[in-house]
Amino acid sequence: MAALNGAVENGQPDKKVPPLPRPLRSLEVKYTKIFINNEWHESTSGKKFPTYNPSTLEKICDIEEGDKPDVDSAVEAAKAAFQRGSPWRLLDAPSRGRLLHNLADLLERDRVILATLETMDTGKPFLQAYFIDLEGCIKTLRYYAGWADKIQGRTIPVDENFVCFTRHEPMGVCGAITPWNFPLLMLVWKMAPALCCGNTLVIKPAEQTPLTSLYIGSLIKEVGFPPGVVNIVPGYGPTAGAAISTHDSIDKIAFTGSTKVGKLIKEAASKSNLKRVTLELGGKNPCIVCADADLDLAVECAHQGVFFNQGQCCTAASRVFVEEQIYPEFVKRSVEFAKKRLVGDPFDARTEQGPQIDQKQFDKILELIESGKKEGAKLECGGLAIEDRGLFIKPTVFSEVTDNMRIAKEEIFGPVQPIMKFKSIEEVIRRANSTEYGLTAAVFTKNLDRALTLASALQSGTVWINCYNALYAQAPFGGFKMSGNGREL
Amino acid sequence: MKKQGSDGNPAPVMPALPEPLKDLKIKYTKIFINNEWHDSVSGKKISVFNPATEEKICEVEEGDKADVDKAVKAARKAFELGSAWRTMDASERGRLLNKLADLVQRDRLILATMEAIDGGKLFSTAYLMDLGACIKTLRYCAGWADKIHGRTVPMDGNFFTFTRHEPIGVCGQIIPWNFPLVMFIWKIAPALCCGNTVVVKPAEQTPLSALYMGSLIKEAGFPPGVVNIVPGFGPTAGSAISHHMDIDKVAFTGSTEVGKLIKEAAGKSNLKRVTLELGGKSPNIIFADADLDAAVEFAHIGLFYHQGQCCIAGSRIFVEEPVYDEFVRRSIERAKKYTLGDPLKPDVQQGPQIDKEQFKKILELIESGKKEGAKLECGGGPWGDKGYFIQPTVFSNVTDDMRIAKEEIFGPVQQIMKFKTIDEVIKRANNTTYGLAAAVFTKDIDKALTFAAALQAGTVWVNCYSALSAQCPFGGFKMSGNGREM
Repeated sequence: MAALNGAVENGQPDKKVPPLPRPLRSLEVKYTKIFINNEWHESTSGKKFPTYNPSTLEKICDIEEGDKPDVDSAVEAAKAAFQRGSPWRLLDAPSRGRLLHNLADLLERDRVILATLETMDTGKPFLQAYFIDLEGCIKTLRYYAGWADKIQGRTIPVDENFVCFTRHEPMGVCGAITPWNFPLLMLVWKMAPALCCGNTLVIKPAEQTPLTSLYIGSLIKEVGFPPGVVNIVPGYGPTAGAAISTHDSIDKIAFTGSTKVGKLIKEAASKSNLKRVTLELGGKNPCIVCADADLDLAVECAHQGVFFNQGQCCTAASRVFVEEQIYPEFVKRSVEFAKKRLVGDPFDARTEQGPQIDQKQFDKILELIESGKKEGAKLECGGLAIEDRGLFIKPTVFSEVTDNMRIAKEEIFGPVQPIMKFKSIEEVIRRANSTEYGLTAAVFTKNLDRALTLASALQSGTVWINCYNALYAQAPFGGFKMSGNGREL
Repeated sequence: MKKQGSDGNPAPVMPALPEPLKDLKIKYTKIFINNEWHDSVSGKKISVFNPATEEKICEVEEGDKADVDKAVKAARKAFELGSAWRTMDASERGRLLNKLADLVQRDRLILATMEAIDGGKLFSTAYLMDLGACIKTLRYCAGWADKIHGRTVPMDGNFFTFTRHEPIGVCGQIIPWNFPLVMFIWKIAPALCCGNTVVVKPAEQTPLSALYMGSLIKEAGFPPGVVNIVPGFGPTAGSAISHHMDIDKVAFTGSTEVGKLIKEAAGKSNLKRVTLELGGKSPNIIFADADLDAAVEFAHIGLFYHQGQCCIAGSRIFVEEPVYDEFVRRSIERAKKYTLGDPLKPDVQQGPQIDKEQFKKILELIESGKKEGAKLECGGGPWGDKGYFIQPTVFSNVTDDMRIAKEEIFGPVQQIMKFKTIDEVIKRANNTTYGLAAAVFTKDIDKALTFAAALQAGTVWVNCYSALSAQCPFGGFKMSGNGREM
């Protein structure tokens, strides 16, 4: 996070440390309607749905509930905006890039508002929303702004007397269904590449967290994207989401969420019009710590790797394999870290962990914790909810975990760290790969050969070596096996 | 910043043309090294003239070998492993280039006025075209900075192999006087995008906009030593660059004659990499089935733009026999519609040539055209009583052996020749040591594609001329250059 306040003098970031940003108290939620053609619409059905603050369990406001008719209107708008000869189709590529760049400027301008909304809606600590989520959004927009006029086809020397060239054309109307764990960041990951290439969009943000996505609608309009290029329809999966995945006029769907729902989407795409599908799904990501690792680094990375964002990351390091020799020490230090982790009001600058997103997730996590206790894992710390605090769960560490336990197999998506032991590299490769998931993996070792061997042997889209969650707009991201199809970024 | 599409129509809009600044003060006249302004080691200065009035604008410090050495030392230090520039994120390099574009946008009026006064360039052209291109090029290269990929390679044996695209190092860049600011940006933007450091020598006739850029580079926040600017003469400062043992690459835009000297010097010294953008004698081929009005207009602008001082000037126009007479007639009409004068004035369409040397050379070539038997259709001599103005000149019945058909004129002199068949015109068009650009006007798709392949030119335009964009590579075949820019 160099140059926090953006100031650069002679190439050196400003040495003064800027004051920490503060959330806005009593922020009024201005955008609660469906966004189509740069206008705000009520739902066709008249229905609304509530969105809650998971820290206080209070309702924030009501949001227009989109369903099939609203999705249909949105798709019509997106189709019209994509017609040959439309302003969006005629806009030259560098100008598309400028629009994305200007959108990044507006996110920078409204960074505190967006971070406050994100924390209200998701419970994630405000400073993390500000410095991590919003930073990722701004950088991703600027990265894609740069690609817009560099998408080149080729000329090809085919046999016989022909001129042959390829042209990379936008697909058309893209449906995007985004999750609740990084609402704004996941929206930007979908929007920026799609718009960069000249597509139009119909977006359904998660019903738990629509606020920042709808706010972005207002910025899309302010920046000057033509009407219909971006449309946002809040609603539920089985209704609005299904309407998107089965729509005959949507050319592609991109989804981030659970593997279970990802399968439904791919099925629906096939049954309808064979729309192209990209999926970013779950993970049960192995984090392998070898005896020769820098132990402090490994402990801290593994800790943040599983507990970041209340454990609600597809990249969560939810199977920590530690080489036998250092196992007790690793567990001891991990427990220390977990016990120190500050759980509380996400608007408090000291908080590291906020609440889980909703009752359903909360119940599921506690159920899996109980299964861990029942199936014989050793509960080192945590293991229950924080009394009288709604959806807050104590950072939990299990040791002596074996591969057949539910906590070793199922994605928990909560603040629970299962730590298992291994003896040899061949063994840990086999065990790490023994899952239908394959999103990310991490290896901690100082040995170059071991690092490179594991980098190839692990069946994961990303392998981190001596680091965790190193994610940047410049590097592609996505899963092997049932963690997903295709790559983002 | 111009807000695009606020009414739903996002087509890029040309900015409204303001008036040039009255009383432009020249603030930056010294050598720019390490983000600081230096006097020349020798104490010498160069006088800078306004070609429209022949009056001196100001003096700038005259750099020579000693100043180039200082600049190279600064550039080398800024390029050291572990330096601020070497450890900067690629995306941050891009951000700095974007910031520089913002500053150029902010100071667009200053820079355009300066280009017009220093280079004799029409103010309207400088403001709308030159400055527009500078901003777009900076933004285009800003976007590439963090997208320069190497590859991982599955080689034989139990190896992990990958390529890494690394900056070359200290790049010497020698800039011409016809598009001083645009050529400056075309050189520094890609170089900085890739992480190099540069030592730039602007043309001695037109150093002012380059020196102003020094102040913007410092303001944008580039670390000291990343960009260094040393105004001076070719045989002294330019030669010091091309011979320097600690410069890793030299990029030059200018005449073929000097380009050869530079490549030779590079070979004699340290085998520095060389890219050259040199002269041209570009053929513009007009078929009978062309849209004749469009062809006449494009051929006209293609030659007369910026007083004919373009490397891509379409200076051999081959017209298919059936439409030859009509083409000549319309071209003469078009060339006569000119008001010459002060390039700052809005109703002026043609400014002066850059200096006395060019002025004399062009007039000499015009005389050779008359002597060798070409038909002078209009113009043919100087204009006005001060400034280096030449009347727009059209020659018809030009044959391939005439000097005006072979040598680069770099002035407002249009040659129109006749042809009968495709094979003939391909041969004649290619019969030159140059190969920068070419154009063909026809509605027939087969003819168009045949010429795109048959013409020995870096760029072939079909039914247009001078279409250039930051996104497209540009450069010459044969003796028009080595390598590509953009």
